[in-house]
Amino acid sequence: MKTIRIGGGAGYAGDRIEPAVELAQKGDIQYLVFECLAERTIAIGQKQKAADPTKGFNELLADRMHAVLPTCIEKGIKIITNMGSANPLYAGKLVAEIARSLGAKKLKIAIVSGDDVLHMAMDNDVKLDEIGKPISQSNKQIISANAYMGAEAMVQALNNGADIVIAGRVSDPSLFLAPMMYEFGWQPDNWEMLGKGTIIGHLLECGGQITGGYYADPGFKDVPGLARLGFPIAEVDEQGNATITKVAGSGGNVTVDTCKEQMLYEIHQPDRYLTPDVVADFSHVTFTQAGPDRVEVRGGNGFERTNTLKVSVGYQDGFIGEGEISYAGPGAVARGKLALEIVKERFALCGFEPEEVRYDLIGVNSLHGDTLSQSSQPYEVRARVAARCATKAQAAKVGNEVETLYTNGPAGGGGATKSVKEILAMDSTLISRDLATATVDYLEI
Amino acid sequence: MKLREIAHSRTGDKGNTSNISLIAYSQDDYETLKNAVTAEKVKAYFADIVKGEVVRYELPAIGALNFVMYGALGGGVTRSLALDMHGKGLSSAIMDMDI
Repeated sequence: MKTIRIGGGAGYAGDRIEPAVELAQKGDIQYLVFECLAERTIAIGQKQKAADPTKGFNELLADRMHAVLPTCIEKGIKIITNMGSANPLYAGKLVAEIARSLGAKKLKIAIVSGDDVLHMAMDNDVKLDEIGKPISQSNKQIISANAYMGAEAMVQALNNGADIVIAGRVSDPSLFLAPMMYEFGWQPDNWEMLGKGTIIGHLLECGGQITGGYYADPGFKDVPGLARLGFPIAEVDEQGNATITKVAGSGGNVTVDTCKEQMLYEIHQPDRYLTPDVVADFSHVTFTQAGPDRVEVRGGNGFERTNTLKVSVGYQDGFIGEGEISYAGPGAVARGKLALEIVKERFALCGFEPEEVRYDLIGVNSLHGDTLSQSSQPYEVRARVAARCATKAQAAKVGNEVETLYTNGPAGGGGATKSVKEILAMDSTLISRDLATATVDYLEI
Repeated sequence: MKLREIAHSRTGDKGNTSNISLIAYSQDDYETLKNAVTAEKVKAYFADIVKGEVVRYELPAIGALNFVMYGALGGGVTRSLALDMHGKGLSSAIMDMDI
């Protein structure tokens, strides 16, 4: 039976590059897939593109390509990625330039676009889920709207001989499903196979999270060699069965438990995982340890896809102002609490009313509030005030009011810091599938 | 007994919604998890954090539960004022739950 080996070369935009090089060199893979778009990444890219039309793609694109292209070209490993982000065309041009500089003689780069639906979203005045209103009534400045596209355009690119496929917003598992559909001839309405392939894609999409990254808990969940964590490989057959493994000798481990954690990562209803390709059913998936760092995946399924596409909408939403200061020694927590009370009272005295304010004692209750943090009693504490404000000037006041505790606050405050950052918020909506069409262009060397 | 002794967990985030998996190390403990860790109990445990509904999904095939917690992330990762803006640490927090 025909099998292919797909490597997961990145789990987010800034992921480590060395494990992807190891996959290309020693993984015996035919496909190297880089998943590099979190929900908000493309909105950041859109802002970069607005400032410079040749930017807005993944910032590590050049580094990644310099690192893996020589081996991928030599071995004929195809690369599939969403590193195009807000600007797949210029990402493609950069990859072509790098390939030429490396002496590539023949290379076909496919550019997948069509996910940018900003104009359509504005024209149709789509309703935003969290805000609960149409854009025109939301009072927000919309920066980006990108639809999650499926695997089909990438399959088309592979059918047309692409060696490298560069997309923007496509659903994460679709990046991995595309080579399976291409290699095994799975049709776009073969829901069972698309469901199985989507599950395998979901297992690989976070890179090292299935090989022991983000898993270790010493004494309970020990992971060997985390410093040189290897990234995952799926051996997939045409029946949609897979074995998850990694390069022999690399760090980390692939176990039934690392696979279970990754399968449930960022999913909601397990038997209805919606992607543009299929409604995948994770509920009957089982994992079996078939050997060291080899786990068999069985039992996935899928149902007919929905008629809508999810759209991520990025908008400007004011500023976050932040200030911090530390207290140490006996009474540190009491002085930290006093510092926060003082800042709170001064805000009231000044008539300063941010949209939302948060007062934390870092080392005491800053992560999850008072109830879960009751047993904590540290030597030192860092007081933190953070507020969401409409204007930059208001946000700046937050850090300033914390900093003045140096001469106007409790004893021994040290190391005050302050910052202001612009908020790029995300919302989502659904649009009819026919409102976004993926297109494929090619650059050839 | 602490949950940490029989189960492990990871948190994910989508917008303002957090999901926490709860996976029994041994399939034998799945029933215990199912009986002890209800959606109501998780909602009460995270009362300071989760503003909306908590929905529990069962995955008997892998001995796991998945809790979807709405309104858990202070408006989502980019708007949240929390240091743990993704809610990533919630999976560690639940390990301390007594069952």
